[in-house]
Amino acid sequence: MIQFGGGCSLLGAGTDDDRSWSMQDYEGALPRWCPGCGDHAVLTAVQRLCEDEQLPPEETVFVSGIGCSSRFPHYMKTYGFHGLHGRALPVATGVKLRRPDLHVFAVMGDGDCCSIGAGHWIHTTRYNPNIVAIMLDNGVYGLTKNQTSPTSPKGTKSNTAPRGALLAGMNPISTTISVTNASFVAQTGDWLPDHIYATLKKALDHKGFSFVRILQRCPAYTDNLFADAMRDPNRVELLLHPNGISVPDLEQIYKNHTYHDPADRVNAHRLAEEDGKFRLGLFYQNEDAPVYEEVRAVPLKTAEEKLEILNRELDRHAV
Amino acid sequence: MTPSSTTKAPAKKKKAARKPKGPKVIKVPEHTVEIVSDAGEGAQRCAQIFGRVSAKMGNGTWTVEIIPAEIQPPARTPPSASGNRIRLGTKPVTNWGDAANLVMAFNEQVLLHRHRLGALADGCTILIESMWETHEDEDIRKEWATAMEELDGHNYKFVKVPMEEQCLTLVENPRRGKNMFVLGILSYIYSRDVERARHQIAHDFRKKSKEVVDANVALLDLGYKWAEEHLDFRIEVPIEKPTKPMVVMNGNQAIAIGGIASGMELCSMYPITPATSASHYLSDIFEDYGGIVHQAEDEIAAVGVAIGASYAGKVAFTITSGPGLALKSEFLGLAVMTEMPLVVVDVQRGGPSTGLPTKVEQADLLATIFGQPGDAPHVVMAPATMEECFLCMTTARRIAEAFRTVVIVLTDANLATGVQPFPRPAVTADWIAHPLDLSPVSEGALPYDWDAKTGLSKRIIPGQPGGMYTVTGLAHDENSKVAYQPDINQRGHEMRSRKMAVLQQTLQPPKVYGPDKGDLLVVGWGSTQGAIEEAVDRARDEGLSVSSLHLRFLSPLEPGLKEIFKRFKKVLTIEIGYSDDKDAPFVTDDNRRRGQLTWLLRAHTLVDVDCWGRVPGEPLRPAAIHETIRGFMPNGDK
Repeated sequence: MIQFGGGCSLLGAGTDDDRSWSMQDYEGALPRWCPGCGDHAVLTAVQRLCEDEQLPPEETVFVSGIGCSSRFPHYMKTYGFHGLHGRALPVATGVKLRRPDLHVFAVMGDGDCCSIGAGHWIHTTRYNPNIVAIMLDNGVYGLTKNQTSPTSPKGTKSNTAPRGALLAGMNPISTTISVTNASFVAQTGDWLPDHIYATLKKALDHKGFSFVRILQRCPAYTDNLFADAMRDPNRVELLLHPNGISVPDLEQIYKNHTYHDPADRVNAHRLAEEDGKFRLGLFYQNEDAPVYEEVRAVPLKTAEEKLEILNRELDRHAV
Repeated sequence: MTPSSTTKAPAKKKKAARKPKGPKVIKVPEHTVEIVSDAGEGAQRCAQIFGRVSAKMGNGTWTVEIIPAEIQPPARTPPSASGNRIRLGTKPVTNWGDAANLVMAFNEQVLLHRHRLGALADGCTILIESMWETHEDEDIRKEWATAMEELDGHNYKFVKVPMEEQCLTLVENPRRGKNMFVLGILSYIYSRDVERARHQIAHDFRKKSKEVVDANVALLDLGYKWAEEHLDFRIEVPIEKPTKPMVVMNGNQAIAIGGIASGMELCSMYPITPATSASHYLSDIFEDYGGIVHQAEDEIAAVGVAIGASYAGKVAFTITSGPGLALKSEFLGLAVMTEMPLVVVDVQRGGPSTGLPTKVEQADLLATIFGQPGDAPHVVMAPATMEECFLCMTTARRIAEAFRTVVIVLTDANLATGVQPFPRPAVTADWIAHPLDLSPVSEGALPYDWDAKTGLSKRIIPGQPGGMYTVTGLAHDENSKVAYQPDINQRGHEMRSRKMAVLQQTLQPPKVYGPDKGDLLVVGWGSTQGAIEEAVDRARDEGLSVSSLHLRFLSPLEPGLKEIFKRFKKVLTIEIGYSDDKDAPFVTDDNRRRGQLTWLLRAHTLVDVDCWGRVPGEPLRPAAIHETIRGFMPNGDK
């Protein structure tokens, strides 16, 4: 019998089957983000999702890096790992690799994911562990007080680019879609709580590495980053499909709809690269991509079984 | 260093034995053999089989790889030399010795390389491929002649062997067969158990076809037969059957199996020489034990994945070498700060930077202890033998978990690739502790419920209801809440540091090798133990009052050092690492950069410890250490 690392026997440790959790049960410390920060909306959507999915708090782990958004685990009452700048994904992979029984989320900022941790972002996409990765992209380093980030649009002024960013911001959506084994790539915006919720729900349902980019403002430094999109519904385009992300109310507000099959990788890449509109929804999904912890699953052995094999191995080296 | 002038004279040749026409049998208590070829010609393989067969027959054995940094450097050039030294003894052998007594050389250029390094004893017997002397290419004939001139004057005894010519009678490409032919010759000379050699060949080539195995066995037999018909000598290193069950392996294999025996189930790594062979071996067998090797995208991710697994309750290890260790520093600091159990193996190579990737050095000591910015107390230990490589992994895991800390195991290229027999470890099931403790956590339990005296606390693992908390690398209180208040930060530091004091109090004082007082005490650590003790024996045989001491725990240091040091007139560290010589230009007592262990011991004991360190890219030779001991005697030589 194949048992994943950790094994199902762990799940029962002291739990009652009839427990249930409300949103408040997932609330950790009081958030210390600035008023108006998009992170608040994401936190609320995540707590709502945990309640709706009834994720046992002790079997749920939020791993983060460093930056404003990476304080996220402290504000959840689940297990959390607030680690190093750029390194949320290796830690999350390590947790999932040996404990597939846990629900693992990784929360990162744009500097975290696309700059200092870019290597891990590419390679974790390729490993495709069953993790929900949330990239809160406000186009700026906020916690260190206003430096240019890899996703800052060209011309954005900051303390490290006082005359405006010289390079175009990178495109995290098309980059992720391009990676071998990419299995889920979606985009949403912090001003649309229902769309955040629907996107994260879809991401949690997906088996594999779900990459969700959340466009958001930093009220302190990039308050106007998506002002156009918020003011003018015409600047937003919804990606719609029966297999995609659907929020019917929003479809009335945002009239630009593109019918896009998330299985179509070439079209997904084209839509991600095409300028002019903020596109929200599911760009790409491949449910058949191999999942790393399943590829690496091996039957567990008891100490006695291990000892027996070990002694056979030592026999091979015997004088 | 001119070891050839200080090594023992080659084995005395006795008169031919009773049988008038049989070969002379030269009986010696020990003999050192080198096999050198161009990289890619298989001298390594030949030597490994020879070493393993010898060890399994019961000879004391120690092997050292001679290895270029490239896979196939230009052939027939001195730096292309690839192979192995095997020192055989009747008694256990603890180091690679001084110089080779017999060499199998595939060409004269690789032989020159060894000669120039002083690796060949005066009077050494050299069996060499003869084809180059009469090669159709005039340049090669000239190179041969020039080399022979350089090699002249050292009483080397040459035996020309038509390796290529002989191998061509069996195979089309002798470059792929000479090594087994040579193994056959060696098997004859040293009366090795040929059946065992055949068996080892079958094992080593188990992933190849039967034809390949058969061809290699045929070449072995051909070599044996050729030697029988053409050589007029054999060498006997008598075998004393060991009294207890023994196993034979190299240090990296010992680390790998030791890791399994410790119960860990994940090795997360990134390829780096000379650590990688441990993960090759693990990749082959780990899954049978429910474990896996994760090859990460870089050194940083490798340790990150290990920390993630450890956080989730499955203590993991990562294995690397100096440059990789540098990249892991930030994560090591995080593991210390979050009190995450983690085992890191650093198989040291020459540095700084890319340095000498395939060669030995002991220069990561201070980087492993102090390499993390901020105060990050953790454990550094160093096995001195292959046996200790095996045993230390379980110790490391136990300490990592009991003390919730990082344990760095320092080995080196000498231990990693050297093959040595050692008593078979009596592993029991309780070594392989259950990898996960999910015993219930009471509501409100603190993630850092530090015992006020010891700093120790129980670890809460995801999956345990009631234990939910967030680990953080920020300063935090007992509840893992971010806290910047001076008193909380001070307390966190105290608690993490206190654990080291507690661990140190559980350690035994080190044992002095030789009398526990005298004129000179030599202190070493890691793979140099055998060479140091052999040199100390030689010096004591001359009447010098010298002892030695070998450290296993470098952080925290073992107890009682100051008291031991005080009983000697002088204390000297010996390391494979750079330190300024006292009399070098511009070097004064004020600015002298001392050896790494010396720094530690001086700071720790306030004793004026002196040092001698070298970075030859090879293990220290007992002769060189012996000479050093003489030079450092407090009362002058004798």
